[in-house]
Amino acid sequence: MTAEQPYAALGLTRGEYERILGILGRRPTTPELAMYSVMWSEHCSYKSSKVHLRQFGEKTTEAMGSRLLAGIGEQAGVIDIGDGWAVTFKAESHNHPSFLEPYQGAATGVGGIVRDILAMGARPVAVMDSLRFGGIDHPDTARVVHGVVAGVGSYANCLGLPTIGGEVGFDPSYQGNPLVNVLCVGVLRHEDMQRAHARGSGNLVVLFGSRTGGDGIGGVSVLASETFGSEGPPAKRPAVQVGDPFAEKVLIESCVELFAAGVVAAIQDLGGAGLSCATSELAAAGDGGMRVALDRVPLRDPSLSPAEILMSESQERMMAIVRPADLDAFLAITGRWDVEATVIGEVTGTGRLQITWHGETVVDVPPRTVAHDGPVYDRPYARPSAADAIAADTPARLSRPADEHELRAMWLRLIASPSLCSRAWVTDQYDRYVLGNTAASRPERAGVVRVDPATARGVALALRGPGRFTALDPYMGAQLAFVEAFRAVGCTGAEPVAVTDCLNAGSPEEPGSMWALAEVIRGLADICQAAAVPVTGGNVSLYNATGDVSVLPTPTVGVLGVLDDVGLAVPSGWSAPGAAIYLVGVTRDELAGSAWAWEEHAHLGGVPPLMDLPAERVLASALRACLRDGLVDAVRDIAEGGLLSALSEACLRFGVGARVWLAEVCERDGVDLLTVLVGESVARALVAVPRSEEIRFTDVLSARGVPHARIGVTDDAGGTDGVPALDVAGVGVITLAELAAAHQGTLPHHFG
Amino acid sequence: MRIGVVTFPGSLDDTDAARAVTLAGGEAVRLWHADADLHGVAAVILPGGFSYGDYLRCGAIARFAPVMTEVIRAARGGMPVLGICNGFQILCEAHLLPGALVRNDHRRFACLDQRLRIERTATAWTHSYEIGAEITIPLKNGEGAYVADEVTLDALAAEGRVVARYLGGNPNGSRRDIAGVCDPTGRIVGLMPHPEHAVEPGFGPSTDGLAFFTSALRRTGSQ
Repeated sequence: MTAEQPYAALGLTRGEYERILGILGRRPTTPELAMYSVMWSEHCSYKSSKVHLRQFGEKTTEAMGSRLLAGIGEQAGVIDIGDGWAVTFKAESHNHPSFLEPYQGAATGVGGIVRDILAMGARPVAVMDSLRFGGIDHPDTARVVHGVVAGVGSYANCLGLPTIGGEVGFDPSYQGNPLVNVLCVGVLRHEDMQRAHARGSGNLVVLFGSRTGGDGIGGVSVLASETFGSEGPPAKRPAVQVGDPFAEKVLIESCVELFAAGVVAAIQDLGGAGLSCATSELAAAGDGGMRVALDRVPLRDPSLSPAEILMSESQERMMAIVRPADLDAFLAITGRWDVEATVIGEVTGTGRLQITWHGETVVDVPPRTVAHDGPVYDRPYARPSAADAIAADTPARLSRPADEHELRAMWLRLIASPSLCSRAWVTDQYDRYVLGNTAASRPERAGVVRVDPATARGVALALRGPGRFTALDPYMGAQLAFVEAFRAVGCTGAEPVAVTDCLNAGSPEEPGSMWALAEVIRGLADICQAAAVPVTGGNVSLYNATGDVSVLPTPTVGVLGVLDDVGLAVPSGWSAPGAAIYLVGVTRDELAGSAWAWEEHAHLGGVPPLMDLPAERVLASALRACLRDGLVDAVRDIAEGGLLSALSEACLRFGVGARVWLAEVCERDGVDLLTVLVGESVARALVAVPRSEEIRFTDVLSARGVPHARIGVTDDAGGTDGVPALDVAGVGVITLAELAAAHQGTLPHHFG
Repeated sequence: MRIGVVTFPGSLDDTDAARAVTLAGGEAVRLWHADADLHGVAAVILPGGFSYGDYLRCGAIARFAPVMTEVIRAARGGMPVLGICNGFQILCEAHLLPGALVRNDHRRFACLDQRLRIERTATAWTHSYEIGAEITIPLKNGEGAYVADEVTLDALAAEGRVVARYLGGNPNGSRRDIAGVCDPTGRIVGLMPHPEHAVEPGFGPSTDGLAFFTSALRRTGSQ
C-alpha cells in the first residue's frame, strides 16, 4: 500500500481526489496532482459559482451580443466600437494577497489583469481600481491602505497606464479582508484579435517574459480559498507573487509588436495557476494535444520541482503558439526588447497534454479534464434568517436634524465622512495623463479615454460596488451597482454597451453567503438583460471572510460606454457663475443603506432604493442629446451621498459656488429637505445649464418626460464677504473654503 | 524640422512627446536606445518614464545607453536637448546638467496639475514664452525633488539658469522651488513637470506646454 497523496494540503477534497483517480484510472503523479489542485480551485474552476454564472450567457440575447467579437469564456470580452476599432476590458480581484502583502498583492493585481487584456491582442490603455478597506480609524487600516495604494500606483505608473478612475470604500467588514479589484481596458483593431487555442500540430509552444520562480505557489488553491482566521494570516502561507512592472512593460511592447508582425498564432497570459493553466487551457481549446519539456522552462530558482514549476504564479509571463516558420521573426522581436523567450514544446495530435522532465513523462492527461471538467457544486444556500429583521429595521426611527443649524453641521460632517470625503489622497498617487488620451479621470465620476486620435472616438468607463445596498438586498444591490455605473457613464454622453463584474463574496460553504452570491448573480443577469447590455467577462472572488464574519457581498460592476467624440463630455462641476442648476429626476423617501444612515447613525437596515431602469435609460438618452447639442456646462450623476455630495463636489470642482433652493422639489416629490439632500434615489443627475440654453434644455427633457426642476444658479461670490460659497435655503451659507477643508482633510488626516 | 524622441525600455511618455512635436508642427523621429545614431535630427527629447525599470538610481543606467553616447556628444556640440522627468534625471546622471533628483519629501508618487513660473526664456525650449509667464502643466513623479549643493544653487541663480520654478506651494521638496534648469548656453534643459501632457485642448489641464515644442522649432536658423 503506497502512502496517501497530499491532496488535502493542496486544497482538494476526498471526493475531488477520487474524481481524479477516476479520470486517469490510476494515481496521479505529483505534478499531475499539483495541476488538478490549482485548476480545480475555486478561483480557477468557479466550481461554486458556475451553476449560477450560466445565467449571464443564458440571459444574453442575440441582439445584445451583436457588438461582441468575444464574450465570456475568453480572457476578456471584446467589443466592436465602430470604425474597425474594438476595445476589451475586464475587472479582476486580488483580495487575499492584498491583505497579506498589500503592496505586492495590489501591484500584481494590476499586472494580472493587464496581461489578460494583452492576451486578447490589445494594447492596454487604462486601468481603474475599486478598493475596500476596514474602518478608517482601525490601527491596521493605514498599513493596508498605504500598501495597496502604493502597489496599484507603482505598478500602473511604471507600466505607463493612466489610472482613470475607480472607487474607495471603508467598512469594518473588510478589516481582515480588503478588496482590491482592478479593471483594465485595451484597444485593438478587429483584425488583431487573438485567441487562446493551441492549434496546428507541429506549431511551437513559446514561453516568454520573466523567469519562473517559487513565488505564488498555490496562490489560487490554498490562499484564495482560505478565509483568514481572526488571529491573522494563515499558518500555511504561500508566497504572494512579486511584481516587476518593468518586465511587464517590455512584455507589453514586445507583444504589441508581435501582434502587428502577425507571428502569433495564439496566445495566453500566465496568471493564477501559472503553467498549469496556460498549458491545459491552450491545449483544451485546441484541436489536438500539447507536449511540453518542463526542464526547458527558464528558472529563477533551479531547485524548483516539476510540480512547483507547474504551480508557480511568477508574474510577467506569457505563452504563445508560434508557427515554426515565424519563430525567427518572433525571437527577433522579443530579443529587441530583451525579453527572454524559450520554445518549451509543441502542439501535437495526440489529444493529450504530455509534460516531460528530463525525458521522463511526468504528466499525461486529457487537457479538458484539467481545464474544464473540474467539479461543479450546487452549494446549498438559504436566505439568512436575519434578513427579515434587517429589512424591517428602516431608517424611519433615526433622528433627523432639527433645524437649519443642525443641518449645516451635518452637511460638513457628512462631506468629511469616510464614505463621501475626497479621494484625492489616493488618486493623486496615480498617473492619469500618460499616453495622452485621457479626456476625463478623477475627480470626474467616469473615466473617458480617446481610442482613435483621428476621430476622437473613445470610451467611458465607471466602476461601482455599493456594498451597503447589497448587504440589505443582494439582488437589488447588484442591480443598483449596475445602474450607478450605467448612470455615471451615461452622464458623459456615452452609450453603455458592455459590462464586466468582479463578484466579491464570503464563503460559498456558508449558506447565507452562498445565497447572497446567487442573488447578486441573478440580479445582475436580470438587469443586464433588461438593459440589453451584456456581461462580457469578469471574475468571482469567494472566501472573503475573517473568522465567521463575511465582507459585505460586494459586486463591483464596470460599465463601458462608447462616445463618437470624447470632447462632448463635460465636467462634473461648474466653472462659471450665472448658469442655471437643474435637479433631474425625482427623489423618494429612500434613506436605507444611504451614506447618511451609516455615517450619521451607524445604521444599516431597511430596503434599498427602488430600481427604475426605464428612468435610468431615458435620463441617459436625454443627457446624451443635451451633450451632443452642447446645451449643458456640467453634469454630475447623483448616487452615494445624494444631492448633498453632488452639490458639494460640483462647487469644489472649479471653486465656483451656488445658490440653491429646494422647497419646490420637496413639495413636488412629497419629501422633506433632509431626504432631498441625502436620499439616494436612482435615476437622478445635477446639471448646470447656460442661461442661453435653458429653453432648449428643458424642451429636451420635457419631450422625453424626464422630471426636472430648476433648483439654483451658480455664483462665484455668494458668501458674506463676496467669497465663493454654497448657499442652500434652509441650510445656510457654507464657504467653499470650509467645504474644501472638510472634504479634503479626511484621508490626509488618517493616512499622512 | 526633425526632433528626435528617444525610447529606452521603460520609457512611458515617448509617444506623448512625439505627439507634442507633431502638434507643434515638427517632425518627430523615434530614436532607439540601443542604436548609437541620431539619424540627423536637429534636437532631441529624452522623455519621461522608468528607463530600464529605474531599480537603481533613476536614469543611472540610461546614461550608458548607446544612443546616449551620441546625445552627449551632440549636446556638447550645441544640439538642443530637453529632458523631461526621467529625461531630466538622465541629463543629471550624464553630467550635462548639475544637481540630482531625489525622492519626494512626502515619499509618495504625486500626479498634480502644477503651476510654474517660466524664469528664463533665453533657452532653446522656452523662448516662445514671456518671461515670468505662469503656466499649469502636469507634474508626476516619485523622485522629483531637485537637489544640489548651495554653491551650485547660488551659481544657478546668479547665472539665470533656473528655467522654471514651482508656484503655489512646493510639491516635492525641491531646493528653492526649482522645477527646471539649463546648461550655461540654454540649449540643454531639464524639466521635472510634463509639458507634453498639456498640448491638446481636452487632454490635460491646459495647452500651456506646447510652447516648449514650438520654441525648439522656431529656433532653426535663428540661433
